[in-house]
Amino acid sequence: MNALAHLIAGHELPFWTITIGVVANIPTAMLGCYLVLRRMSLMGDAISHAVLPGIVLGFLWSHSLAGWGIFVGAVVMGLITAMLTQTINTYARVPEDSSMGVVFTSLFALGVFLITNLARNFDLDPGCVLYGLIEAAPLDTVSWLGVEVPRALGPMFAALVATCVFVAVFWKELKISSFDPALATAMGYRATAMHYALMAMVAVVTVASFEAVGSIIVIAMLVVPAATAHLLTDRFGRMMLLAVGVSIVSTVMGYWSAAALDTTVAGMMGVAAGVQLAAAVIFSPRYGLVGKAANSLALSMRIVGEDIVAMLYRAEELAGQSRRGLPEKLSLRHCVRAVGGGLTARLAVPYLWRRGAIALAGGELTLTDRGRRLAQSLVRSHRLWEAFLTEHFQLPLDHVHAPAERIEHFIGPQLQESLAEDLRAPSVDPHGRDIPPTT
Amino acid sequence: MTGWLAYNTAIVLAGTMLLGASCGLVGCFAVLRRRALLGDALAHAALPGVGVAFLLANERSMPVLLLGALVSGLLGVVIVAVLRFATRTKDDAAIGAVLGVASALGFVLIRVIQDRTTTGSKAGLASYILGKTAGMIAQDVYLMAAVSAGCLAIVWFFYKEFKAIAFDPGFAKVQGWPVLALDFLLTGLIAVAVVVGLPAVGGLLITALLIIPAVSARFWTDSLGRMLMLSTLLGGAIGACGTALSAQFSFSPAGPVIVLVGTAAFTGSMLLAPRRGLIARGLDEARFRRRLARQKLLRMLYELDEAAGGGPRPFELADVGVTIARIDAMARDGLATPVGAGRYLLTASGREQGARAARASRLWHLFLSEHADLAPSYADLDAERIDTILPDEMIRELESRLLADGSWPVELPPPAMEACR
Repeated sequence: MNALAHLIAGHELPFWTITIGVVANIPTAMLGCYLVLRRMSLMGDAISHAVLPGIVLGFLWSHSLAGWGIFVGAVVMGLITAMLTQTINTYARVPEDSSMGVVFTSLFALGVFLITNLARNFDLDPGCVLYGLIEAAPLDTVSWLGVEVPRALGPMFAALVATCVFVAVFWKELKISSFDPALATAMGYRATAMHYALMAMVAVVTVASFEAVGSIIVIAMLVVPAATAHLLTDRFGRMMLLAVGVSIVSTVMGYWSAAALDTTVAGMMGVAAGVQLAAAVIFSPRYGLVGKAANSLALSMRIVGEDIVAMLYRAEELAGQSRRGLPEKLSLRHCVRAVGGGLTARLAVPYLWRRGAIALAGGELTLTDRGRRLAQSLVRSHRLWEAFLTEHFQLPLDHVHAPAERIEHFIGPQLQESLAEDLRAPSVDPHGRDIPPTT
Repeated sequence: MTGWLAYNTAIVLAGTMLLGASCGLVGCFAVLRRRALLGDALAHAALPGVGVAFLLANERSMPVLLLGALVSGLLGVVIVAVLRFATRTKDDAAIGAVLGVASALGFVLIRVIQDRTTTGSKAGLASYILGKTAGMIAQDVYLMAAVSAGCLAIVWFFYKEFKAIAFDPGFAKVQGWPVLALDFLLTGLIAVAVVVGLPAVGGLLITALLIIPAVSARFWTDSLGRMLMLSTLLGGAIGACGTALSAQFSFSPAGPVIVLVGTAAFTGSMLLAPRRGLIARGLDEARFRRRLARQKLLRMLYELDEAAGGGPRPFELADVGVTIARIDAMARDGLATPVGAGRYLLTASGREQGARAARASRLWHLFLSEHADLAPSYADLDAERIDTILPDEMIRELESRLLADGSWPVELPPPAMEACR
């Protein structure tokens, strides 16, 4: 402990502020993962607003922000929110979003009303509850094992431990009821009990962290790290780890940027989380905007490129058959126009050239051996498919080219083989053209 | 005339009333389109716009701040749409993320401004979070009046189109209406109503004004036109009452008081509304249960007589497990008469009703065992209303079967024979 005391000597304020932020935000991010997957983020929002009257009543009862009063008050309010929303939805047939909206705005209004009117004589001001006062939290300390530790850390640490235990004990149940509630019920898990347990935990962490981030910005810390992680991975365990990572980064970034801009730490934590979400939305390899655009561009380039080599292959084929000696080469401009033009077509040419499928000489394109093999396989797929459509669906001849043109890009060697087998290894397609052999 | 209708109070009352009315009007569509919480995201997303507008304009001019709020609120809605449609983020997480990050950004900006400016105008910005009606001036009220009139005019003009996209967007699309543009217009209306309400009610609570009058009005009527009217009136009343209460008892800020008045209106509507209200529905259900229980009892008594053969026989209360209160109610309705201590006899009309109940129940049994494949299409299985649920030919076929196997209640005239095969 002396080593720790030595380490943080002189940096108490940033050290404890960041510690409080991290301890407050980790359980929030962990539970947020379940909320996001269950599509209940807004229930988290509702609860984080609605615990306010619970906090105030608990405070009025116990006269302390660190006591059990506010925890009990907040958990009760959290459960009341979840139950009232459900009840008004079921019995009064108000749509769920409206029923949630009525319940949480009403409770929140009640909380603000109580703070501003009844609690004004006490040491509880709306700013502290709504936006958090993490800046001041390290100043109020207790001595613990010889180190001066902020008093606020106690309940937060308890909430962190409680959340970890809750998640560890009910890992399987929470996971299955988040992904497939019907299956969970069918397997005999108490999905409703899990639901309310989760809601109670959300209320607990909301209260534990309101002193650090305020009851409004809790919603950002509940939803944003989980949503960010959800964009980055498909594995649940990894998602939770990533969400925790995002919340830690948000805390550190939030602290330093708030110090630089001289503004609220809690607010900057929310903004930092938002920045990370924006980054994930744009740059996530699989689900990000750039990644998705790149994937779709790559697919278009592959298809257009394959169309170009197949066209060159057919030109070679015609030149071999024709007496008039059609040109084997096609001009670059002609090729690009023939596959539809546009940006993808123009990009597809260098793409093919880099892959060594075509050679470019004097503005004219020719196939390399490699390109010819690729084209041969494509043309084989195309003509096998035409034969297949004629054989099994009796489509007229002028109806088989278009579907074959689309599907040729997605027929692999295995399907090619099955098609050939099914059609008893035909050598010509319905138009009478040769079906090239396998490469 | 002092105090209550002093000029300032009148201004504020008029302002909040107009605000409540316009939110109530456009809120109906938000609620019906299941967009209630998008309004919440919009209201939170408007907060950073207030800060940016203040920094740019460098003064607290309400139209400028509201313009900033409108732009950033709509930007928030656009971000929700992008997250929803272009990534795998679901709409709830998208709304939650925008709401959380935008309020964080709003607080940051407002704090920066409060720390930087030394003029008295800085205090005004905090009211965009929780609302403050006291600072309202005549110009603000004119603006609100203009907005309310504009909302009313647009809703009036596009009533048919909005109605279609609220209930059946697919139908609107098939009609060839520009659903997307109409949706934008509707979202724009919601945004304007929300933003105008920001200074008075605050970004955190304005959603309540959007949702509460609309869902409360919904309890009282099934017609959209009446719902819009009711919601507008209710919104105005909530705004005015909330302001009056908060002025009278010097509760400040006024936003929460207005919302709590709305909560009371909602609770009242939910409990008291005829037909859709909880009390009316509870009574309805109790009446229905009582009727079913009586039908079942009459059928049982009739079937006991039928099994024993011959005419009506008196029965002992204890044997059939009926309370005195129930049999008294039946005696009052002329279905049973007392014939000695604890002994009762079904009257002719009681026997007839029992026979009818027996017929309906036997028809249902037959139908369910013979046509089990069709049963799910007649999910509303109420033994007594079989004649209004099943088609006539089906009823006749089932009746002829009952007659054939001798289970037709003899009390009743035989079914119309021409239908029997």
